[in-house]
Amino acid sequence: MKKELKPEQKKYQELQQKHETKRPVLANCMKAFIVGGLICVIGQAVSLFYMYYFNFTEKTVGNPTVATMVFFSMLLTGFGIYDKLGQIGGAGSAVPVTGFGNAVISAAIEHKTEGFVLGVGGNIFKLAGAVIVWGVFSAFVVALIKTLWLMWI
Amino acid sequence: MLKGKQSWQFENKPAILVSSSVAGPFEGKGKIANEFDIVYDELWMKEDSFEKAHRLLVEDAIQTIFTKSNKTQGDIQFLIAGDLINLMTPTNFAASTHQIPYLGIYNACATSMEGLAMASFIVNSGGAQHIITGASSHNAAAERQFRYPTEYGGQKPPTAQWTVTGAGFGLIGQSNPQMKNQPVVASSTIGRVIDMGLTDPFNMGGAMAPAAAETIYTHFEDLQLAHDYYDAIFTGDLGEIGNEVAFELLAERGFHITREKFQDCGLMIYGDDQEVQSGGSGAGCSAFVLYSHILNEMKRGIYKRVLICATGALFSPLSFQQGETIPCIAHAVAIEMLGGAE
Repeated sequence: MKKELKPEQKKYQELQQKHETKRPVLANCMKAFIVGGLICVIGQAVSLFYMYYFNFTEKTVGNPTVATMVFFSMLLTGFGIYDKLGQIGGAGSAVPVTGFGNAVISAAIEHKTEGFVLGVGGNIFKLAGAVIVWGVFSAFVVALIKTLWLMWI
Repeated sequence: MLKGKQSWQFENKPAILVSSSVAGPFEGKGKIANEFDIVYDELWMKEDSFEKAHRLLVEDAIQTIFTKSNKTQGDIQFLIAGDLINLMTPTNFAASTHQIPYLGIYNACATSMEGLAMASFIVNSGGAQHIITGASSHNAAAERQFRYPTEYGGQKPPTAQWTVTGAGFGLIGQSNPQMKNQPVVASSTIGRVIDMGLTDPFNMGGAMAPAAAETIYTHFEDLQLAHDYYDAIFTGDLGEIGNEVAFELLAERGFHITREKFQDCGLMIYGDDQEVQSGGSGAGCSAFVLYSHILNEMKRGIYKRVLICATGALFSPLSFQQGETIPCIAHAVAIEMLGGAE
């Protein structure tokens, strides 16, 4: 699909590359590790809280913990903090469930001006939709491979 | 009249009679904050959508021109303006409010100089007495259209730029030969679209730099000017990377000016503590820097002659997702102080 570059385009892109500020990959990875790790530590604390004070086991505590973390993410998104966290944390704040919550909630806030039905309803999964579709589909493919594999053996 | 391949020289010296600038909250904390006529302290501006706030920027800028020039709708023949939002509703709606015969124009962030060049040409040839021209952009309205929802926590690379919230407008009319210290439009060069095959919308400066270099080079060729003719050359919104690249491209073609004379509007707005990655951008960027800071500096006598070269990336979220490259354009307008050194 990629078009063949003309020689002058190639030459220019080399010159441009020279000036382009490189992404600080190593620093970004470290920040992502710290921010993502902190979010997980909070998640762990919430899990322990539910197991200690309520009647949850290690197996059943997942659901209330995820719900609580998404609630936190909603507050941080609504108060305009999560996008700043995202600039620092990168993948560290995007990959945990709070990042998924942020993708859904930010779209909902954004499209409120177009009304609740077509605006919020129609756009709430604008970003997260891709995650859901390909998450479910890839899970299906993996499960299919596993089933066939087990039938074979 | 036509000069060279693609430039106009305005022998009747149309003047920028008054100018106005409106800025958003982030710009209001920057380096040139006290030069804006109106500064809003929040992005919504008490409206219920960012697009309405964007329209308010345009309405305010035009209203400020009325107040400053002591003129009303009836004195202005045409409004030539544009912005970045889908089908240009903010400017269109503002034009509906102000009821001036209206030409809507779009060249992305080069709209500001496209409008100024056209307005000057019309005034110069007697097609109008007074024209209001300008451009505007709103950070959140542009973010949601071109990128992600404003509160989405995506990470921006260091090459990304910050769309300014602001509007810059000018009233173009006949210059008064008796009056001293009047900024007049001397010439302009209309650029052609240049596509160097770049595809990263987070590195617009790098994509637009060749268009800027080409237009500036052609301007000097067409008008046969010495390389040090202008006291400063301002690119519109190339940011740090694009400005650096454009300077090198010009140097490669044997165009020599000192580095300090080659500035960028997108780098003049924000302080060092404001996180805008590579610099400001947006249709309002070159517009409100020109119609506030640069004209003020000219009136203070810092510059006698300047060249503003606004650059625009002519892509849309759709064309980018379909794998198209980013074609770019640049228009240059030369502004001189009347009564200055010949």
